[in-house]
Formats: sequence, structure tokens, C-alpha cells
Amino acid sequence: MGTNKESLLMNVNLKVKRFDPEDPESQTLWQEYKIDVHQDSTVLDALIHVREHEDTSLALRCACRASICGSCGMKVNGSAKLVCKTRVTEVSPNGEQIVVEPMGNHPVVKDLVVSLDTFFDQIKRVEPYVQPDHVPEKGEYIASNESMENLLTSMNCIMCGCCVSDCTVLEVDDNFIGPAALAKAWRFVEDPRDSKTSDRLKNLNDQDGGIWDCTRCMQCVEVCPKGVDPMDRIMELRESAINSGLTNSFGARHANSVNKSIKHSGRIDEFRLPIESKGYFNIKEILGLLLPGLRMLIKKRSPSPIHHKNPNQSKVKNIFKNFEDNK
Amino acid sequence: MYQHDILIIGAGLAGLRAAVEGVRNGLDVAVVSKVHPVRSHSNAAQGGINAPLTDRGDDWEGHAYDTIKGSDFLADQDAVEVMSREAGDAVIELERMGVIFTRDEDGKLGTRAFGGQKVARTFFVGAITGSALLHVLFEQSLKLGLNVYEEWFVTKLIIEDGVCRGVVAYDIKNGELHTIKAKAVIMATGGNGRVFEPSTQALICTGDGLSLAYKAGAPLMDMEMIQYHPTTLARTGILISEAARGEGAYLLNSKGERFMEKYAPDYMELASRDVVSRSEQTEIDEGNGIDGNVMLDLRHLGRDYIEKRLGYLQEVSLEFLGIDMAEELVPIRPGMHYLMGGIKTDLNGLTEIPGLYAAGECANVSVHGANRLGANSLLDTVVFGRRSAEHAVEYIKSIGANSKSENDLKLEQDRLQSILDRPKGENIAKLRDEMATNMTKGIGVWRDQKSIENALENLMSIKNRLPNISVEHKGKFFNTNLIFALELEFMVDNAESIIHGAITRKESRGAHFRTDMPDRDDENWLKHTLVYHDINQENNVRIETAPVTITKWEPIKRVY
Ligand SMILES: Cc1cc2nc3c(=O)[nH]c(=O)nc-3n(C[C@H](O)[C@H](O)[C@H](O)COP(=O)(O)OP(=O)(O)OC[C@H]3O[C@@H](n4cnc5c(N)ncnc54)[C@H](O)[C@@H]3O)c2cc1C
Ligand code: SF4
Ligand code: SF4
Ligand code: FES
Repeated sequence: MGTNKESLLMNVNLKVKRFDPEDPESQTLWQEYKIDVHQDSTVLDALIHVREHEDTSLALRCACRASICGSCGMKVNGSAKLVCKTRVTEVSPNGEQIVVEPMGNHPVVKDLVVSLDTFFDQIKRVEPYVQPDHVPEKGEYIASNESMENLLTSMNCIMCGCCVSDCTVLEVDDNFIGPAALAKAWRFVEDPRDSKTSDRLKNLNDQDGGIWDCTRCMQCVEVCPKGVDPMDRIMELRESAINSGLTNSFGARHANSVNKSIKHSGRIDEFRLPIESKGYFNIKEILGLLLPGLRMLIKKRSPSPIHHKNPNQSKVKNIFKNFEDNK
Repeated sequence: MYQHDILIIGAGLAGLRAAVEGVRNGLDVAVVSKVHPVRSHSNAAQGGINAPLTDRGDDWEGHAYDTIKGSDFLADQDAVEVMSREAGDAVIELERMGVIFTRDEDGKLGTRAFGGQKVARTFFVGAITGSALLHVLFEQSLKLGLNVYEEWFVTKLIIEDGVCRGVVAYDIKNGELHTIKAKAVIMATGGNGRVFEPSTQALICTGDGLSLAYKAGAPLMDMEMIQYHPTTLARTGILISEAARGEGAYLLNSKGERFMEKYAPDYMELASRDVVSRSEQTEIDEGNGIDGNVMLDLRHLGRDYIEKRLGYLQEVSLEFLGIDMAEELVPIRPGMHYLMGGIKTDLNGLTEIPGLYAAGECANVSVHGANRLGANSLLDTVVFGRRSAEHAVEYIKSIGANSKSENDLKLEQDRLQSILDRPKGENIAKLRDEMATNMTKGIGVWRDQKSIENALENLMSIKNRLPNISVEHKGKFFNTNLIFALELEFMVDNAESIIHGAITRKESRGAHFRTDMPDRDDENWLKHTLVYHDINQENNVRIETAPVTITKWEPIKRVY
């Protein structure tokens, strides 16, 4: 059977965004590398080849190379991915150039390495540990297997930051707790051993940057490499908040919401608005009606309720910027 | 200069478990780790964690005996007893911290059966046990407000008057070197898989702590005991778990034969890890492989079955090779998986250097002996991580304040600068690959006098070339080029101790299989090999042996 070794190589054409904090002029530098790698290679393999043999100054993080440690989140052709589980042929089926950049919404340390300090600050905001009200006399807490397996969805999160990178709200509002931390929060709200469920929900409901700030753009669901589907978790948190009698108490948010929504996407989130404005009168009822429908649409990944970006978004942002600068 | 009561090197399961213990005792504890805690390699464990739970009729002695027999009687029986007795509490504690273990119908912890054990006593979280445990310990560290020096790389242990008093560490993010003093230091730096190629271990598993302790004078014990896993993916070495063969997968050679028929007709593909690994290597060496691999065949199991029972493996094969297990053969080969050897410690994790403890894969208490049972190493990390810290808490009570000396910092600054100042020389990656290939060739699934001697000769020449490697990139921020140079030096020390262990042990036992001496020799070799770094000796190496502790289980032949 044996195969010719030579024929297993393929050419990869990489375009990598570079940043060197010691040389501020390099901020916008893009560098191209043309290399030969094995045809089964991942984008990570290609980058490692560059760093080991072409350009030892290239900085990136990686450890497990098996999509479990969460080190290697980067933007590939514009969207966040774990490069160790992204095969070259997947993103460049016909040898197209592959564009690699650091993740978004995280400050860059060097080249493809970003600081995850804010990411972990967001995680800390949700008190990410179980808080039971008693210790079993002996042995473990008793809980059904379903209730534990349910939590796997969120436990699968490897804290890679991809969802945060591509979250459209975080792009404009850095106070938003963010998709990963909210998915983490969901895990504790759902954990039958935790005794702080209602406090947690109240917090997530009431605080600025909490569950109501997500615009359901679905980016986090698209990019999450572990099927955590943060947006679905956020919607479930909203539902639990409402079911537990909490109301969205931010009347003033109507204006706020229009403002943010237009600023970041160039559009009004039609679905979000009625909830936020009318919500104050009878939000429970309204959402009770809306949520099942919404959920169904999400499950089908139907595009209709998605909050699409306006193609002229950058113009809209500029208008806002000018307006705010002149304020 | 920074100061703490206890400093832990490594934020994997062993390190974090030790840290939690120290903080609970009200001490000033810090962890230094070259990667963020959740990136530590403990996250890769899939299978589970063993524990005999006495309240459900399992007894610690059953687990202890399986472990000892699995170790080919090289494990110290007192250490195994400690681990087995404390296992139940350790697992319950993890559950109470928030681990979402799989449950049984009564809502209690559920178990699965694992290789080499008579009783099902492996607790697990789906296929992400290691990750689930590590993340929960990380949560606890956030709750307790643990100090973490994140992305700091330890380059040297500080030894004053023969006592370990801290470390010198390099902040990868900005290139600065610092002294961190402590009254006790716990080494929890994990394995050294990258000394071999292929390996299932992460790219960060470079045996740093083993080398740091070795260079400081602590002996490394039974380093020749390297566990190979029979099914690692072609090219990358990513693990395909035992579950595949457990569910009925075949192993085929290039002629399409189920070659296990020749080697273990009764057990076939389900023979023990070492037997299967050796059979595969024979086929490959005899020219019956394909590009250095043999084939794992799951096609007869059918797509539905594969997706239902082995969904995770199907995903791995698709992700990393683009191969659909239901229709195609998966190329696999044996790869380095686990280091049974390590820094010699007593039952409390104390090494031969006062003030220096070790726990987890870098340590050798010894509970795994010549062969580790699946799901015993996660247990090892939490039991001995805790015990090390517990003992350190007592130890530091009688330890005075740290000295103000910054001598080591100065020495390390000069050393690192001299590496950066070298003229352009050898490529680090090339030399590393040469070393790793040499190790797998000489100290692979089997060895003999000649292969070991060759490996030593090659390693000596690699060691001579080590000062020629150059760091082309001189930057201060995230200079991984410099880190790789330092890691390669560590790996060469590891390789040296492994080879010396292998050359010393004149028998076959567990993972150490010598074709020239195929039998176990209890009369002469029921003992541990110790390798010391000693500048007064030829090649700077001194070899000793130490007796194995036998309490109640007399060695018998290891057959399954
Ligand atoms: C693929 C795979 C599957 C496995 N499955 C199982 C299983 O199912 N059950 C089981 O029991 N075992 C399993 N094992 C083995 C087990 O996972 C490991 O032995 C164990 O997790 C090691 O933990 P540790 O805490 O000792 O080290 P690690 O988790 O490797 O942590 C090492 C730490 O040390 C730090 N460090 C290293 N060097 C330095 C330095 N120079 N400076 C600063 N910090 C440093 C690192 O940053 C890291 O935080 C598996 C192993 C592999 C490879
Ligand atoms: S769905 Fe919500 S959380 Fe997810 S990316 Fe969009 S705005 Fe962010
Ligand atoms: S939710 Fe998904 S994308 Fe976000 S950090 Fe976790 S694993 Fe990464
Ligand atoms: S290298 Fe670990 S997730 Fe990619």
C-alpha cells in the first residue's frame, strides 16, 4: 500500500497579523509565509512550522494540540477558531491564502497571543463555584444522573475565549459579562447542589451587563468549538429568571438598548426592544409567549430572529462616535 | 523579590490540590505555572479516576492489590496502601467541590470498569474527566483567592545550605526574571512526554521539574519505566482511548491480517497495553506497517454503534485526520503516554532535599512501579498533592525567615543573557526532534543493551551540541524561542536519567522490556534504580538502588 512521502506534502500560504510591543510601528504589520507541510496538517501545525523553522519571533500559544486545553484560539479568515482542530484543507480547500489574526475583544500581548485577564475577570463576576447550604453527613451529594449530564454542556467549556472574541455586544460594551461567563453562571444556576440559585438569577438579571444585554447575534454559538452554545444558555437563564418572578427592572434601558443596538449593529433589535420596553409592565407574560417560539427558532438555527449586522455598520458607528465626541 | 510560606510549581491537578490544602490551613500560598492553570495537561485525561468506595462494599485492599500486581511488584506497598485508603475520601471531596461525576440510578457516583482491575471502581465525567476535575479545582482556587504567577517559567531552584528556599522564575509575558522565596517548595510540574516522539502528552510536557530537582541533587527513581499507549493517531500521537478496542475494534497490518493472532491469540486486541504496543512495533519493524503505522479497524461495528458508543473518538479521528471511522481504517502506532518514574519522595511527598516536595506525574512515591493502571494517576495527583501540602504546613513551622540573598537571580540573569548572546547556531526544533526520535528508537516499547548504548552515545553527542543552539529572537515579550531552548536543556537531563535507568536495570519488568533479558529477576532486581546528578562522577551521573517496600503481598508472576 505505502505512499510516496513527497506527495503527502502540500503548500500553505499564510498571512499572519504581527504585533510587537517593543516596536509599536509594527502594529499593522502583516506577514506572509509560504511553507510546505503534511497534507493532514492543522493550521496550528503550519504556524508551529513557521515558528520553528521560518521565523522564531512569531508568538502564539498552544499546548495540548488536541482541542482540550483552550490555548490556541485565533481568528482564521475572520472568525475565532481553535487552530489545533482546524485543518488546513478545511479553510483553504484549493490552496487559498489563510489569514490568521489574534482573537478580537482581547488586548494583544504579542502577535497571536492575547491577554485573557478580562475574560477571567468576567468569569469571576459570576462566583464560579458551587455554594451548597449543607454538607452531606457522609459521602457525596445525591443528584440524578440527568441533572449532572445536563451540566456537561457548560462543563465542556475549555475557556478558550473564542465566543468572547466574536461577541458583537462585547465589541461595544465591555461591561457585558459575556457569553463564556454567562454559560458558566448557567452551570451553577442549574446545579442541584447549589443553594444560591435565586441570588444568582437576581444578580444576573439586575446587573448592568447581565443576561439582558445579549442581542442574540448567535456569533458565540457559531464559533464555540465545544458545543457550549452560550447564547442558548443565556436564553435559558432569562427564562429561569422570569420563571422565578424576576422582572427586567431596567425601564431606562429602553433608550439604552436602542442606543447600543444601533451602535454595534447599525440596526434596532426588533425582538429585543419590545421585551425591554414593555417588559416593565408585564414582561413575564410577554416572554412566556415569546420564549418557546424563540427557542424553537434557535434550535433550528433559523436565521429570521437573528440580529443581522447592517453592512454599513462602520458608518453607523462613526455617526455615534462623532455624536459622543461632540457631547 | 517575592515571598510566600509555600510555593507550588505547577497548576495541574497535583499543584492545585496542594494549593487548596495550604490555603485552607491559613498559609500564604502561591502557585507558579508556565501556562494558565486550566491549560495544564491534566485536562487531557478522559477515562476517569479510581477509588475503592468502602461504603458500597469495595475494599481498599482489592484496589491496592490490583495496583501492585499492575506495577509488576515494583510499587512500594506502603505507598499504595496510603493511596488506596485515602482514595475514597479524595473522590468524595472532589464531588463536594463541584465535580459533576456521572451517577447511578440512586443518584450516587457511578462507576465504569477499567483495564487491569477486577472491580468497577473508576469514577468519571463523560469523556472529559481530567478537564472537569481541573476546572473545578481552578474554581476553588478562585474562591480561595489563590495567588498565581501565571505564565511564569521556573528556571532554577534556590538551595541554601542544602535546603530548598524558593525559585528563580522568568515572566514570559515581559521577559523579567524574579526571585520567589518560600519556606517550602512543592514540585508539581507533570510529565516529560516530549522527550519522546510520538507522545500523547501536550507540547508543554517537557519534564522541567524533574530536571530542576535532579540538578539540585534529588535522585530520579525508576526513570526507565515509560508507559507506551498502543493506539495513538498517526503523525500527531493524539490519544485514541482504549475504548475503541474495548468495543471490538481490530488491529490490522498492511496485509490486512489481524496480527494479534500471532502474539496473544487468547486476548487478541484486548491484551495489556505493553503487549499490544510491542506487537504493533514488531509488525511495523518487520515491514508490515504502512508509513510506520498499523491500522485500527472499526468498520464492522457500524456507523450507528460507533456514533453512539464512541462518538468522541469518531470526532477526534475526523478532526485530526479527516478520517471517518465508520468507513475507513485509522492509522495508529504506539506512543509515549506516561512516566511511572520520577523524583523520589517519601509517603509525604518529601524529596531527599529538605524543603522540596514533589507530587503528581513528576514525582515517584512509588505507586505505579513498572506499569501504571489506567485511572490511577489522577488519583495519585490529588492524594499526594494534598499530603505534600499537609506535611509542608507542619514542616514550615520550624523554618526561619528567608534570607535576602539574590545570588541565584544574578546567576540566572547572566546564564539567560549568555544564551541570548550566542551566535547563530543549531536550530532548537531540529535538535529536539533528533533527541526525541533517538529516545523512541533506543528506549522504546522494547530495548536491549545495544539499543540503550546507542541511545546513550547519541544523547552524549546531542548534549555536546546543546551549547550551540541559538535563540535567534531576542525580544522580551513572549519570547517562546528562549523558552524552547530552556525546555530542551531540561529534556536532555530527562533523557539522560531515563537511559541510565534503562542501562542499569538488567531484567524485564512491566514497561521495561529487554529483548536480551526477557525475564523478571526478583532475586537481583526487585529494587528501584536511582539516578543522581553528581559532578564528581564520570558523565556527572551516579547510580544507586533502593529496596522495594513489600508489606503483605509477595511477588507472583504477572499474568492476566
Ligand atoms: C491523553 C492522556 C489521557 C490520560 N488519561 C488519564 C485517565 O483517564 N486517568 C488517569 O488517572 N490519568 C490519565 N492520564 C495521566 C494524567 O492525566 C496525568 O498524569 C496527570 O494529569 C498529571 O497531573 P500533574 O498535576 O502531575 O501535571 P500537569 O497537569 O501536567 O501539570 C503540570 C503543571 O506544571 C507547570 N509547569 C511545568 N513546568 C514548569 C516550569 N518550568 N515553570 C513553571 N511551571 C511549570 C505547568 O504549567 C502545569 O501547570 C492521561 C494522560 C494523557 C496524556
Ligand atoms: S448571542 Fe449574545 S452572547 Fe452570544 S455573541 Fe451574540 S451578543 Fe454575544
Ligand atoms: S463557551 Fe465555547 S467558545 Fe466560549 S470559552 Fe467556552 S469553549 Fe470557548
Ligand atoms: S492547543 Fe490545546 S486547544 Fe488547541
